[in-house]
Amino acid sequence: MARIAVGFAFGAIKKIQFDPCCPWKDAVVADTKDIPGENCVATIEADQPLLAPGRVMHPMEPILLVAHPDRNKVWQAARHVQITYEERDPVLTIEESLARKQLLRGTDNVFKEYLIERGSVKDGFLEAAHIVEGEYRTPPQEHAYIEPNGMAAWVEENGAIVVAGSMQCPYYVQKALKRIFPGRNIRVIQAVTGGAFGGKEDYPSMLAGHVALLALKSRKPVKMLYDRSEDMAATTKRHPSIVRHRTGLTKDGRLTAQDIDIVFDGGAYITLSPVVLSRGTLHATGPYACPNVRVRSRAVATNTPPNGAFRGFGAPQTLFAVEAHWEKIAQETGLDPLKLRRRNLVKEGSVMATGQVLKESVSASEALERCVARASYEAARLSHASVNRKPGPVWKGMGLALVHHGPGFTGSGEVMLASRAAVALNRDGMVSVLAATTEMGQGEATVLTQIVAETLGLDMSLVRVETPDTAKVPNSGPTVASRTTMIIGNILMKASLKLKDKVAKELGAFPTTAKGLKAAGRKLCAKGPLHFEEEYQKPPEIVWNEAAYKGDAYGVYGYEAIIVDLSVDRLTYEVKVDRVFTSTDVGRAIHPDLVRGQIAGGTVQGLGWALTENAVFSRGSMANSQFTNYVIPTFADAPAMDLDIIENPYPRGPYGAKGIGELPHNAPAPAVVAAVRQATGLLITELPVLPEKICHGMLMKKGRTS
Amino acid sequence: MKVLRPRSADEALRLFSENPLALPFSGGTDLMVAWNMGSLNGKPVLDLSAIREWIGIRKMPGGLAVGALTTHAELRDHPEIRRNFPLLAAACAAVGSVQIQNRGTLGGNIANASPAGDTFPALAVYEARVRTISRHGRRNIPFLHMFAGVKKTALNQTELIEAVELPFLHAKPARQVFRKVGTRAAQAISKTVAAGLVWLEKGGAIKEFRFALGSMAPTVRRLAAAEAFLKGRTPSSSAIETAAGLLTKDVHPIDDFRSTAEYRLEVSRNILRSFLGT
Repeated sequence: MARIAVGFAFGAIKKIQFDPCCPWKDAVVADTKDIPGENCVATIEADQPLLAPGRVMHPMEPILLVAHPDRNKVWQAARHVQITYEERDPVLTIEESLARKQLLRGTDNVFKEYLIERGSVKDGFLEAAHIVEGEYRTPPQEHAYIEPNGMAAWVEENGAIVVAGSMQCPYYVQKALKRIFPGRNIRVIQAVTGGAFGGKEDYPSMLAGHVALLALKSRKPVKMLYDRSEDMAATTKRHPSIVRHRTGLTKDGRLTAQDIDIVFDGGAYITLSPVVLSRGTLHATGPYACPNVRVRSRAVATNTPPNGAFRGFGAPQTLFAVEAHWEKIAQETGLDPLKLRRRNLVKEGSVMATGQVLKESVSASEALERCVARASYEAARLSHASVNRKPGPVWKGMGLALVHHGPGFTGSGEVMLASRAAVALNRDGMVSVLAATTEMGQGEATVLTQIVAETLGLDMSLVRVETPDTAKVPNSGPTVASRTTMIIGNILMKASLKLKDKVAKELGAFPTTAKGLKAAGRKLCAKGPLHFEEEYQKPPEIVWNEAAYKGDAYGVYGYEAIIVDLSVDRLTYEVKVDRVFTSTDVGRAIHPDLVRGQIAGGTVQGLGWALTENAVFSRGSMANSQFTNYVIPTFADAPAMDLDIIENPYPRGPYGAKGIGELPHNAPAPAVVAAVRQATGLLITELPVLPEKICHGMLMKKGRTS
Repeated sequence: MKVLRPRSADEALRLFSENPLALPFSGGTDLMVAWNMGSLNGKPVLDLSAIREWIGIRKMPGGLAVGALTTHAELRDHPEIRRNFPLLAAACAAVGSVQIQNRGTLGGNIANASPAGDTFPALAVYEARVRTISRHGRRNIPFLHMFAGVKKTALNQTELIEAVELPFLHAKPARQVFRKVGTRAAQAISKTVAAGLVWLEKGGAIKEFRFALGSMAPTVRRLAAAEAFLKGRTPSSSAIETAAGLLTKDVHPIDDFRSTAEYRLEVSRNILRSFLGT
């Protein structure tokens, strides 16, 4: 099947005509009139239509759907639809949106705004010996998962709609479909998924709505698989951002005030922007203690495809700004970026901007010091400076960054999700893990198996993980936000303990051998599996006030320091990352190799965002929606990596674990900017740090333009 | 889908004249991408890969003849190519990735006529000739005359590339350079790609200078103005700077989503400066 869009960014659809020379009789066409319920793809709000209702808000917005038994004929048919439209001048940038070039949302184009205030920034600036201002910009980023978005749907004899496909969040898809197809039984099955990184958090709901609508109309199974180019052009990207900092410091570099203004480009519909912005806002100060803070943030509407979830979820954008800003501060004050961080980083007892007191598992200092020592940072910086003074093929630079990340949903998110997961002893003597948590290459099936096996005292081979299928597993919430190990792992641990107690009560002791479990299964599960389901329980000492936006924004934070060592070619300005050092606090590494996999992968993905991934948009559409021209790093670009795991246990995580999935993506970009500054003397404040920008900067320095 | 698979050159020419709309296919590394995007659907394919007489590197009087179906990998590793035409070997090692080098052929690369063809600057400074064949006979086309524009060659309809002839250099150059500037370490399309040769007089003056750039104009270009200017001159820093300034006489880089005109020009100049400067 194909999705028909008109390719203009903003305007009204006047007329749709079907060319009579096309053989339409085998094709099935669906439009808004075929939608039995609401024409929406519900996420936080229901503002995004499933099919454009008479007007389009971005160039990839679907208008019609066509299905045909022959794939080639679908495309033929799609070319025979003529859409007459009235195009309006679109809003394509954050600046145009703030200037209200057109009103796309409310009276100001703002989807959502937040304000955090602590102390008085006014007083903080009065106290300051230095005041430094800077502006930082980040581009959209494509997830580049293995397979593009794809979905299949069919209607069962009893009228139930079944959809299966590549996705992160089966229950999100189910929730969205229930509003489109009210009164129908909806079953959602996750197919094998090769990566998502947030890119399969909300878009699969759209795709599922499309295939289900055609399946219902045609009464046949319908499949829709985007090719790479369509996937890149139509699906979500990381929110582009502009972040401005105004910072007050004492003479010796202690923070007196941080005044931060954040704007994210949300795209045409609100989708996940409020929560992405929330996380970005809450991480905007970096892992530093400052008595006077003001963070103001807004997400605004533009006529581009909606931006969405991407590993880090708003935090990489704002952490890039605060970390790169240390370089600006160093440039203007002469203070050393390492000393500045040492002076200001959070420790146990530090207070965050929301008033949150950090009580435990605070490793900012340990991460920084271990990383600095492993990289011989100070000696290497001196040696690079001397290399750069002499002739040679490259300039060398080393830069660092220190970041944090709150695992799990922000604020009251986990309470509202009320996730459920279960373990069961089956008649065949195997223990099942029942969760809607999806495996997509990150290793959750392994880690959850480990947690359950460890808690029950079993070999991992005696535990199996059920396929995420809404007909089989409870709603454990989405597989996002670095929450699986910490939140779902914990629920499963509790459920396992209940199972263990029950079996021990019945049999005297919980068997730990295959033989013993088989006997237990036969004895206790004659009428069905022995099933224990648990729900997330908020630790009472973690308190968040959503209305006031104050309190414990996250139960705990992970910390990472990174040092990037790179060379810049003196002829071509190409940047080669030679080595990366990371020191990462994960609480407890349940599976150290998988943890290293997350750190290495997040680091390379972050380096891509920092250096080469340049999504070019033209009239609201991605102009380089192919891997040839949207340049992600290859294995040949990946640097040597020294991955140092710190285990500073978090008592409320399973076996002390904190989430790890997103943290490593927060760190590389500002460290690259710092290293390029040492190598070239240029402070580049807009990602990606392309050789073209270095070249331009060098020409400006020489007072010369080509 | 109609695939024609000739076993000999004669059969290929006959099939091509019978099916003039067929797409000649050798390694397919670029053609497959276009095919997948749907832009070529419905056209017959003339698969040349079974024509053995067009594969391999042979000696000829005064040079080497490279069969059109010779892969980049074979060229990259061939001892005679490495000895006599090291810039071509280096260029073949910089094409795409090892997988593309294994499949992609020199003839296919030329017929594809991308402005960013990585082997083209080397072939231009080696003054290669492209030997073509059709039912009307053979032609020997100087390499720079092979291209008519972006993705356009001088080939007539139903004419195929048979071989590329590489004349041996009259003398060993004093210095030589190949440099590809791509978007990443592998699988990269060039932003600029350069090849240069220089011969010096005993006193240090430039006897002959050849320099070619790819991705800097719709087709590969020799720097005729800079080459003529430097002939007979000592490569002083002011002479080099004048030569660098003359680049825009022969190349016209553009801004696109891979790079900027400013970058392409400055980096090409830097490569030239560094090559001539010690």
